[in-house]
Amino acid sequence: MAELLTIQGLRVRFRTVGFVRALVDRDADPYIDAVLDVSLALREGETLGLVGESGSGKTTLARAVVGLVPVHSGSIHLNGRELVGLRESEYRGIRRQLGMMFQDPVASLSPRKTVRGLLIEPFHIHRIRDVDLDKEARRLLGIVGLHDGFLTAYAHQLSGGQARRVGVARTLSLKPKLILADEPTAGLDVSVQGEILNLMNELQKQFGLSYLIVTHNLPVIRHVSDRLAIMYLGRLVEQGPTRAVFARPAHPYTQALVAAVPQPDPDKRRSELELKGEIPSLRRRPSGCEFHTRCVHAQDRCRVEAPLPTPLPGGREVRCHFPLA
Amino acid sequence: MSEPLLAISDLSVEFATPRGKVKALRRVDLSVRPGRIVGIVGESGCGKSTLVSAVMGLLAGNAKVTTGAIAFEGRQLRDLTEEQWRDIRGRRLAMVFQDPMTSLNPVMSIATQMIDIQHRDPGTRADKLKKAIHWLGKVGIADPEQRIEDYPHRFSGGMRQRISIAMALLMNPSILIADEPTTALDVTLEAQIIHLIKQLRSEFDGAILFVSHNLGLIAEICDEVVVMYAGEVVEHADIRRLFHAPAHPYTQLLLTCDPARIDSEQRTLPTIGGTVPDLAHLPQGCIFAARCPSAFDRCRMQAPPTYTIAEQHHVRCFLHADG
Repeated sequence: MAELLTIQGLRVRFRTVGFVRALVDRDADPYIDAVLDVSLALREGETLGLVGESGSGKTTLARAVVGLVPVHSGSIHLNGRELVGLRESEYRGIRRQLGMMFQDPVASLSPRKTVRGLLIEPFHIHRIRDVDLDKEARRLLGIVGLHDGFLTAYAHQLSGGQARRVGVARTLSLKPKLILADEPTAGLDVSVQGEILNLMNELQKQFGLSYLIVTHNLPVIRHVSDRLAIMYLGRLVEQGPTRAVFARPAHPYTQALVAAVPQPDPDKRRSELELKGEIPSLRRRPSGCEFHTRCVHAQDRCRVEAPLPTPLPGGREVRCHFPLA
Repeated sequence: MSEPLLAISDLSVEFATPRGKVKALRRVDLSVRPGRIVGIVGESGCGKSTLVSAVMGLLAGNAKVTTGAIAFEGRQLRDLTEEQWRDIRGRRLAMVFQDPMTSLNPVMSIATQMIDIQHRDPGTRADKLKKAIHWLGKVGIADPEQRIEDYPHRFSGGMRQRISIAMALLMNPSILIADEPTTALDVTLEAQIIHLIKQLRSEFDGAILFVSHNLGLIAEICDEVVVMYAGEVVEHADIRRLFHAPAHPYTQLLLTCDPARIDSEQRTLPTIGGTVPDLAHLPQGCIFAARCPSAFDRCRMQAPPTYTIAEQHHVRCFLHADG
């Protein structure tokens, strides 16, 4: 299968210290790197899960792909076309191929528009006039399993699951190739969560979509993704086929994340904590391997020398001196 | 068996809304014995927050307790005046809220907030500060003497939830209510908070009501579980029985839907068909009948009573009518 999205050496930085303070305090690095040296690829029809804790840079990475945050260096190719450095007017055409599902299903819908208005807005933005908008709105609602009665509803009249369905319909309006979904099931109950994931799965088969799913929900991503990429402090620490990564995590961080998920079985209670401490500040990145401050397997080498991404058999890659798999 | 600390019997709560009376809680029975961790599990709108608010005396102004009683340490909570409530709330009954980012006062230092909680106690400010520092250390805040002077924004989300737990336990309450205490936290921090609650449990002789929609957390920490659906307790069982021999069809479906319980690499996930009924217009019969795969005629006509199918296992379902 062809590669749809290729990211090479991506770096996204944000300014945190003001201009004046940077002049006065020469030691303060005015920037933090939210995404650092990330390379990954997504093939057509594939689902990639991007996993990490808050502040790991996963949402920033997704936003960089859609052009919502400026890229400092590196490249993003969509269907062979470079996205980094495009002007806003050039990006507009590209965005038709990209759908973005934002985290909060209700808040990401305008409260002042009806569902019909929400569904046809993308056609106005992209100045597409040769479609029957009413027909299109009904078609999109049908795809996500909502009846026409919802056309006149406002966002606040929808349940969380219905709002998510409208969000999915809106994302699909311009027939994108790639959908970036930021926590697509956050805030949904387990029964509704399954419905949305099944819908996304059906749509993928029907339209040949590719998904980049940003999440911290490991039990869910295990079932819906083909490949997994784990982020820590803005870097990818491990990537590979989902099944293999879950069966034998190679990076100690991945192992700790998998072990932190509580098992719904009272006979499998944990007595030991896998991961102590919290994510370090991006302003003070640890030396060597940035995970060494929390790693139970850390050795002297880890504290001084930063590991490079190393390939493993089976299409896997890990950034660790002493991989577990 | 020891006397229950908290005994809720036949509790019903209604909310007056423009759409009519929403019957958010109906005929709830629940008793909590000392030393137990009781999980309350259910999906959005099942009434878990209403139940907790009723116990804490924090129901909204449009809510009305229509039937039932809540007995706590020998007192009837329904009869209390606001002044009597102040004597109990935060002292005998304490609560840890969902979002640690909003449950602490941003313009007061942790020290001020923790001393304020002890307002009704005799003793000097220095004694109260000392006690606050002691608890801050207990919940795993490093350098509590220094950190207690800080304001909430200087702490991470996980640390703030630790502080909330310290504040709740400061007055040595006999019941601690934890309302989704880890929902706003990452999975690694969640594991740390659960670990902390387990550790503190041995020093705390009261009971914990642990509200969550996460079955994994419930299995990890609770001794018994109450399953709620659309305002009713549909099942109440010992933790092992609930996970290994669930009796109510809703509990069974809820367990089936949890992706963490599915071992195979399947793409299509199970769901519960249909939607939660409108609590302003309740259906006749069993509240779950419309979505229940095992429903029969009687379920659609008549609401089932609670059957006791084993010691410590109660279920509100006609499938268990013959015991």
